[in-house]
Amino acid sequence: MLGEQIIKGMAVTARNFFGSYVSKDRLTTVQYPEERLTPKENTRQFPFLVYDGDDAEKGLRCVACQICEKECPPQCIYIVKSRDKKPDYKGQAQLYPATFDIDISVCMSCQICVEVCPFDAIKMNTEFELSTDDRFGGLLLTKDKLAKPNEHYRRIHPSEAAVVDAQLAEEKARAEAKAKAAAEARAKTIPRDQPT
Amino acid sequence: MLKHQAVGVFPDNWRPFVSALISISFIPLVFATLFAFVTVFERKGIGRIQNRYGPNRVGIPLTKIRLCGFGQFIPDGLKSLTKEDVVPYAADQVVHFLAPVVLLVPVLLAYAVLPIGRNMTAVDFDAGLLFFFAVGGAVELSVFMAGWSSHNKYSMLGAMRAIAQMISYEVPLILSAVTVIMIVGSLKLADIVAAQNLYTFGIAHWFVFTPWGLAGFILFFIASLAESNRSPFDLPEAESEIIAGYFTEYSGFKFALFFLGEYLGMFAISGLGITLFLGGWTAPFSFLAWVPSYLWFFAKLMALVFIFIWIRGTLPRLRMDQLMNFAWKFMLPLALVNIVTAGLWHFMGAGWSRWGVCSALIFGAYAILGRGLMQNQKLGKRIYRYAE
Repeated sequence: MLGEQIIKGMAVTARNFFGSYVSKDRLTTVQYPEERLTPKENTRQFPFLVYDGDDAEKGLRCVACQICEKECPPQCIYIVKSRDKKPDYKGQAQLYPATFDIDISVCMSCQICVEVCPFDAIKMNTEFELSTDDRFGGLLLTKDKLAKPNEHYRRIHPSEAAVVDAQLAEEKARAEAKAKAAAEARAKTIPRDQPT
Repeated sequence: MLKHQAVGVFPDNWRPFVSALISISFIPLVFATLFAFVTVFERKGIGRIQNRYGPNRVGIPLTKIRLCGFGQFIPDGLKSLTKEDVVPYAADQVVHFLAPVVLLVPVLLAYAVLPIGRNMTAVDFDAGLLFFFAVGGAVELSVFMAGWSSHNKYSMLGAMRAIAQMISYEVPLILSAVTVIMIVGSLKLADIVAAQNLYTFGIAHWFVFTPWGLAGFILFFIASLAESNRSPFDLPEAESEIIAGYFTEYSGFKFALFFLGEYLGMFAISGLGITLFLGGWTAPFSFLAWVPSYLWFFAKLMALVFIFIWIRGTLPRLRMDQLMNFAWKFMLPLALVNIVTAGLWHFMGAGWSRWGVCSALIFGAYAILGRGLMQNQKLGKRIYRYAE
């Protein structure tokens, strides 16, 4: 009979209409500022710089190799190398960035900088409430704003950070073992020379 | 009553003008407020149908009171008023400017004859119903003016669709209203309401409770959906097909005027449906007759508007050929059968036999016409010839 399916359809929408007042489970949306969904672990917004320890200046992993600056498709990264060197986590003397700026009004969150970084120094942040009334200065993140402790990285991407930490620890252990072996070798070679 | 006191303040020779002014100003004031309310109501209603909240933030400005979001119309209105009014370079400037005005004027004129409550008609014509339909016919002019003057193919397509649709659906609309005129024997809307203001066993004699009235009301309602360009008959402004139809090239205040005109048209035609079939301002039960008459009118109006919104949230848009088939092959014959039925109802006199005969006649016609409409559709699994 003509119109039968229309009645059925109307019944479905009526059920949704009244049901949404009765049961909260039906509602698919979340009232944003008050309620928030927990972000997925792979959420990414804009990059940040990781530092070890407490001091952002001392523990910064970045060695200003400028690979990310060159790879960045929209070219939103600007790096100036330092003139002096400071020891990195392995104790090796490295350059560090004197200036490290990311213009997040240009950044397209492609994560290429993260993938090319050989030092695990740049990672993606999950912070998304970045709106500002200053559209030039406010969207240009400088080094002090970009630097975040490793604990922050562990908190936002736990499983990824665990892998990175293990890898870095292994590298550090290997470097230390190598240094120790070298020192031992040097210690061995020196006495052999002595008698002559 | 209040009006008489207010008019009494003015000198004698002013009184007719002041009286007219008060009756007139009441209409835009009340119905524009209702429009503001219904825009939010519609968004909330459709949201709920789709299991969302809908707008629920904006309340009274500068306070934390939210009013469930019913203050939303204030920023909406401010936004549309402050937006730039763009007129296309190629447009016919004068006609482009006049179209929204020409839409709003007949729509507001139509309210002149609507009995909103007991003795609450701005102008009580003897031929009120005729006036309503005559004025309602001018809406098509405005739609075509808008479409033609915009000099845009989408506007033009929308206007063409609107004309085809409105003219097709005006036929069943008027034919379904003719039954009421036949039974009451008057074109005066006050008389039509008075004819329904009788009670048997405490239940009102609304025309919708008779076989021909029920069929007439449903036909009238469907045709009024099409007349007010509401979903599923929103082909003239089908946003997924032709941007916004005939008001594609309108922005800012003119767009708001179109929006307002459309909603006011919807209220006017619902108001007429209420007057013709749902007993106007009369109470459904005799023991509820103490409730003020205008409250009954607005309660019924809101109920009908809710059904409009409900249908919009349910049904998908028709195709153009489906639209035309439905009007000419189903609604028009059924409206004609309905007229015959109303005549039979009148001449068979009181008694139970006329209920049986009239119901059978309408139901039989409905079944046969419905089958005829469904027959040509080859429903079933879709076969793709090329894309597979």
